[in-house]
This record gives sequence, structure tokens and C-alpha cells, in this order.
Amino acid sequence: MAAPLTLLVIVAVTIRAVLFRSSLAELISERVEVVSPLNSWKRVVEGLALLDLGVSPYSGDVFHETPLTIYLYHFVIDYAEIVCMIADGITAVALYLAVQVYNKNVFRKQKYALEADRYPHDCLELMQTPKELFYVPLKVAMFYLLSPFTILSCVAKSTCGINNAIVALFVLCTIKGSALLSAIFLALATYQSIYPITLFAPALIYLLQRLYIPVNLRRQSFWLFTLQYAFMFVGSLVVIVGLSFFLLGSWDYIPSVYGFILSVPDLTPNIGLFWYFFAEMFEHFRLFFICVFQINVFFYTIPLSIKLKDHPVFLMFMQIAIISIFKSYPTVGDIALYMAFLPVWSHLYRFLRNIFMVSCVLLACSALFPVLWHLWIYAGSANSNFYYAITLLFNVGQVLLVSDYFYAYLRREHHLSHGLYLKKKDGSEATLVLK
Amino acid sequence: MPTLTLASARSPFRDEFAEELAIRPLHSGDIHASFQFRTVWGVDLLQATDPRFLRYAILPREIVCTENLTPWKKLLPCGSKAGLAVLLKSEKLFHSSYFSQAVHIRPVCQGMHCTVPSWEMRQTLNVVFDLYTSGQGKREWSMFKIKIYVDVTDSPQGELFELSPPTPLLSQAVVLGDRRTYSVYDLTDPGTFGKVRSLNLLVRWKADNGDMLRPLLHGERYVAGFGLQTGEIHTLIYNNHPYRAFPVLLLETVPWYLRLYIHTLTVTSKNRENKPSYIHYQPSKDRLRPHLLEMLVQLPPNSVTEVTVQFERALLKWTEYPPDPNHGFYVGSSVLSALVPSLVAMDTNITQEHPLFSSFFLCKEESSYFMRVYTEPLLVNLPTPDFSMPYNVICLTCTVVAVGYGSFYNLLTRTFQVEEPSQSLAKRLANVIRRWRGVPQL
Repeated sequence: MAAPLTLLVIVAVTIRAVLFRSSLAELISERVEVVSPLNSWKRVVEGLALLDLGVSPYSGDVFHETPLTIYLYHFVIDYAEIVCMIADGITAVALYLAVQVYNKNVFRKQKYALEADRYPHDCLELMQTPKELFYVPLKVAMFYLLSPFTILSCVAKSTCGINNAIVALFVLCTIKGSALLSAIFLALATYQSIYPITLFAPALIYLLQRLYIPVNLRRQSFWLFTLQYAFMFVGSLVVIVGLSFFLLGSWDYIPSVYGFILSVPDLTPNIGLFWYFFAEMFEHFRLFFICVFQINVFFYTIPLSIKLKDHPVFLMFMQIAIISIFKSYPTVGDIALYMAFLPVWSHLYRFLRNIFMVSCVLLACSALFPVLWHLWIYAGSANSNFYYAITLLFNVGQVLLVSDYFYAYLRREHHLSHGLYLKKKDGSEATLVLK
Repeated sequence: MPTLTLASARSPFRDEFAEELAIRPLHSGDIHASFQFRTVWGVDLLQATDPRFLRYAILPREIVCTENLTPWKKLLPCGSKAGLAVLLKSEKLFHSSYFSQAVHIRPVCQGMHCTVPSWEMRQTLNVVFDLYTSGQGKREWSMFKIKIYVDVTDSPQGELFELSPPTPLLSQAVVLGDRRTYSVYDLTDPGTFGKVRSLNLLVRWKADNGDMLRPLLHGERYVAGFGLQTGEIHTLIYNNHPYRAFPVLLLETVPWYLRLYIHTLTVTSKNRENKPSYIHYQPSKDRLRPHLLEMLVQLPPNSVTEVTVQFERALLKWTEYPPDPNHGFYVGSSVLSALVPSLVAMDTNITQEHPLFSSFFLCKEESSYFMRVYTEPLLVNLPTPDFSMPYNVICLTCTVVAVGYGSFYNLLTRTFQVEEPSQSLAKRLANVIRRWRGVPQL
């Protein structure tokens, strides 16, 4: 499978190179859907220019990157385009390898379960065949590299590409089973933006499963491994934070980076829900609603972990999706990451209820974003409500997509344990509902 | 502070007041009138001033109104009841093409020894009267201790305008590097009045146009770009000196909601890049402090220097917009300060009597004078949210979050079950009765 992957990477690099050389590159790097105050390349250049002028980049409110990334960009500022393309390539290859290993595990488990006769006899059509499992990793890499969202994000030189690369490497290390590397990449991802800390739970569950330690709060082996993993994660995070302190000599970056992400002072429009809500907020409710919105991102971790404790990779997908939808400054680059996982669940297609409507909504909204932005900002004939409405619709579409896949996954699991063709008491065909 | 011995053999210093009016007919037919008032107190008003700290504040939007003029007039010792201030009628003043009033307070030295600091307050009011809206100057006044200077440099033989009554008194002064000739009407001299107790000054124009000398340093500022997302501030600095280059200090304070990108700062003179010799930049903090940019730029002779910087417009919270949000936000002027080399040698003997308008800044150096120029304030539009929407936005956004929460809640707390059809109401009632009767149900 190396040849198709190489061909795919070459095609992706060609598309990006062509767009970099065209006049669209300038246009795309200013689009608010593609860059946010957190990952705009213009702000990185501004921060480095401030550093050259002898002013700390964190003394103003224009630069919100972490100090280690300043160090990285200082060296690569002239090769930004190549770095973005390499980051995309790393993400795609990491996801490819991760999904390959995961599919092998899935197939092996399925084989053992079939031999042990654990599935009802009418469930054979739900089984995943080797043929479809063979092409899934390539589809994942294709979904990521050739997705218009990713291409736009790369051409804009948004630093979201590098964040995605770190998360993808974390997924790879977790699925391969290396606890230390997984903890290090998770610490890096958390250091970049706080939200990946919720991925601690699925990674922990997966590693426990891999080591055949049951997820039982009363067992000592569970706590032993949890403490080990937590110690590795917290230790790497402390080392990275300490390195950042020594790099610039002050703790200024903590309110500038993490305070900025959590308290949302900048109301630049983006594709998320936060900006207009806090632009129109009554002042005395502001703190309350900031807390509500931030808790909303972290809140689903525990319930999802309890429900999906036997399916940690799906849990990881759900968590990445929830972070991308509900984070404070989302961009299309974050969306591209969780959408890259969708081919892994392509066997759920028969149970998806809203997929046609959701895909229409997402396509239509993606097309309407630039139109309504132009009408508001340049033509002056629309106002902010138009853009806000499309934001709402886009987020509803994403939420429906993720919950649809969740429904389909749970339904398939139910059928695998209870049989595919269910009958009511009187023998007629039954309908399944959630009760 | 060292203590002063009161037993010194100097005369006690009294408070002083002086006022004068300088009239300059312009080539376009307008009249520029400059009222100068100077009050000096012989006491030390403020005990300690540390000259190292400079506080700078600017209020870019100020409506021109009598509420600004009245308290200013009250600062004069006789208010508006006597002296030149009688002429300051607000209806006439605010129907002019240009109006400017200022108050300057500073410590000054009296005499060469500077033993006692005294405080001087200068009030200046400059008005340019439009020829057609304010008519000819027919004024009647009577007062003492003032002088009226009429600038006749442009019309020495009377070819541009004619001044009546003519006066033999002529005085020369160097104002802003330019040697001007003035006809002086000294109202303390009874010979000016003649038999009547009033002076009727008449200026009659003869020619229509002419060429005015351009100032050696002036600046312009404007915003370029389109749309409500980004823009560029362009500052143009003109150096009209024919052969001398001089440095100018440019101070810009830009409010925080125009986010400046200092890496896009370019300074070009004569189509070539002109790197500033000194840049001090303090970036803004949202809702706390504005951007502060100070640069020392060398202006080549006879050139235009353009300073451009890109900015991005921020979306503010709905409560932070002023009552008319689509009018725009005012950005304060930038300040150009320079020691401009003079075309004419200046006389810096401070004991000699000078008109008030030329003695504000006295320099030691013979051939340059200090000038501070303010550019125009800018009016910048920011994107606005819809102000009628706070409740709607809260409801709609919380609805979307609730849709997400509801879907996840259902999938997390409920399990799949086979659906049993529910019986109709009639059958259920019948079953209740049957159970009570002990009979098998439907």
C-alpha cells in the first residue's frame, strides 16, 4: 500500500504548491473561516517582528502562540509553506498507519468472536470484510489530504496544521501501544491548546485494554497503570511548560495563551458559536456563560467514557469531534481532522439516519460562508445576523453528523449482541427505539 | 527646594496681563485673526513638577460649541466684559472656516537670573473668517493696553489689499522661520485714534489671487483600503525646505480596536525605503491601552515621506459601541515634532520686546525653530453586530448547544428496545375494568 499512499501524497503536495503560487494564497490567509486569532500566520510573523523590536510578543494582544512554537517558527519562517505541507503529510501518514493497526486489531477480534460463535447467526452481513478493511487506511489519508478544508488551512499557513500533526501522532502512538510516547504527544497537544486533555480518557482506556487490564475502579492494576500514565503525562507537561518559561524568561505567555483560550476576549467572527454570543452578551452574565461554554467541551468526557469503555478508538473520534465543534476558536482545519476518521466507520452506513441532509447542510453552509461574509463586510448590504445564522446551521449540521454516527455505532453493537432481524412478540418485524 | 530669603533687594513681582490681535489677510480673501492673551502670576503655583514624565492625552471627537468657548473666556482676568474678549462672539466665531482655541500653562523665568519661577498662562484663539459669510470687518471697540498687528508682507505697496487708516508704524518679526512685516496700531498711543475714541479698521481687497508660501513641515493622514475587515493608515509628511534635511519625531497613538501589524510598517521617501533611525513601539492590550508608536524619521529635502501600516478592525461587544455606531470611531491625530531649519536668521534676544505670537517657542539655536504639527483625526468604521438581538442570540445559540446536548444525552442514557405498540385509550380503560372484575384482559 505504499505506492498508492505515495501517489496520494504527491497529488496533495502538487495541489498545495499550485495554490501557494497563485494569487489565492493571500486571499485565503485572511479568511476568518480558515484562520483564527490563535493560529493565524500573520500574527506569528507579527510576534516575531515584535521580538526583533525588543518587545515581548506577549505584551500586546496580537500573538497567542506558545513559546516553543516561537522557537520553531524562528527557524522555519522562510520555509513556512514547506513546513505546512510536511505537517499535512505527517498527519496523513500517521493516520494511515494508526488506522491500519486498528483495522488489524478489529479484524482479529472479529475473527475470534466468530470462531467462539458469539454473534447471532443473522449478523453475518454486519461483519467487516478484509476487502473493505484493506482500503480504509488509504481512504482516511485521502479524506485528510484532499479535503478542501485541509487544503485551505494549509494554503493559509495556519498553525492548525501543526496542531493536527501532533494529535495524529498521539493517535498513532496510542494505537501502537507506546504509553510514554502517547503521553508526550498528548502533553504537547494539551500545551498547544488546552482541549486535547480530554483525550486522556480514551488513550488510557485503549492502553488498558491492550494490556488486558480490566477497567474496574476497584482493581489495583487499573489504578497502578492509570497513575503511571498520568505521571508520564503530567511530567511531560511540566517539563514543556518549564522549558517555555526558560525560553522567554517570564510567565507572560500563560495569560496570553491559556487565558486567551479560556476567557475568549477577542470576538473576531469565526465558524464557531462563541463570537456572536459573547458580542451580544449582557455584561453581568458574561463570566457565567464563559464557564458554561467551556464546561460544555469537557463535560462529555466522563459519560462518553462510561458508555464507550469497550470502544476507545470510537471514543477518541467522538472527543476530537466535540473539541472541534465546541472549542472557543474553531477553524476548518480542526473540522478536517475529525472528518478524516469517517471512512473508518463506513461500515455503519446502513444505520445512519440523516446523512444525506447533514451532508447537504454542511456543503451549503460551506458555500454560503464566504458569500455572507462578503455581503456583511464589503458590500454592506447584509449584517452580522446573516453570517451568524450560517454559523448556527453549520454547527447544527456538525452536531447531527456526530450524533448520527454515535447512534449508528451503538445500534450496530446492539444488533451484534441481539441479532439483526428482530421480531416483536407476535412475530412481526420490530422497530428499535431508544427508551 | 531651597528656601528663598525674603530680604533680597529685588522689586516684588506683580501679576501681568497682555493681549493682542494679529490679523492677516489671506490670498483667498479670507481673514485670519489670532487673539493672544498672556497672564503671568508672580508666584509658584505648583511646587514640584518632574519634567521627565510626559503625559499625553487626546480627545479626537469634540463638537465645536459655545460650551467650549465660555469657560475659556472665563479664564481671562476680565472674562468677556472688557478687552479683546468682547469681540469673541460665538455666533460669529463658529461661522468661520477654521477655529482653534488653546490654553498653555508653563513656568517661565522673569529676567535673566531666574530666581523666582512664575507661571504663565497663554490663551490663543485662531479664527479664519470666510469673506462671504462674515462680511467685512466693521468693528467698534475701545480698550487699553493692546496692540493690533496687521500682516502687510504680501502687499507692501498695496497691490493685494488696502489698509485704512494707514499707519506709519511698521514692525518686523520672524514667525515660523518667515520674516513678516506688520502694520502696528498701538491703542495705548492716543495719536492712533485721532479725534474719535474708536478705531475703524478697514481692509479692502484689490487683487484676486496670489501665491502663498507653503509651510516647511506639514502632514496629512488618511485611511486606505475597503471593507470592514482590514485597512491601512497612511501618514504623509511633507518637507518643503529646498535643500535641508531634518529629522522629525512621529508619535501615533492608535486605539486598541484597530489592531496594528507592525511588521507591515513601511516608510518611503521619494519612492525609496527610508528606515527610521529609532522606533519605539508599545503594542496595545485589549480594552486597557492603545498602541503607541514613536519613530524618528529623517526627511530628505523637498520630499514627501509616506508611512504606512496595516491594521485589522475588531468586533467589539455590543455595549462598547457609541450611540451612533455607524458614524465610526475617531482616531486621534498623530503628532509631528521637529526642529525645522529656518530660511531666515532668528533673533533670540529675550529681553527685547516681541509680539506675543512670535515669542511662544524661543530657541537658542540661531537657525531653527521648534514646530509641532497635528495631522487630521481619522474616522474609521468598525463592523457592528445587530444591537436588537441579544435575547435572540442567547436563545438561538443555547438552542444549538441544547440540540447537541440532547442528542448525546439520549444516546448515553437510553438503550435500544423493541417497540411494543401501545394500546388505545378505550382498550386500556376496558382492561382496568376487566382486572377489577377478575376477567382475562384484552
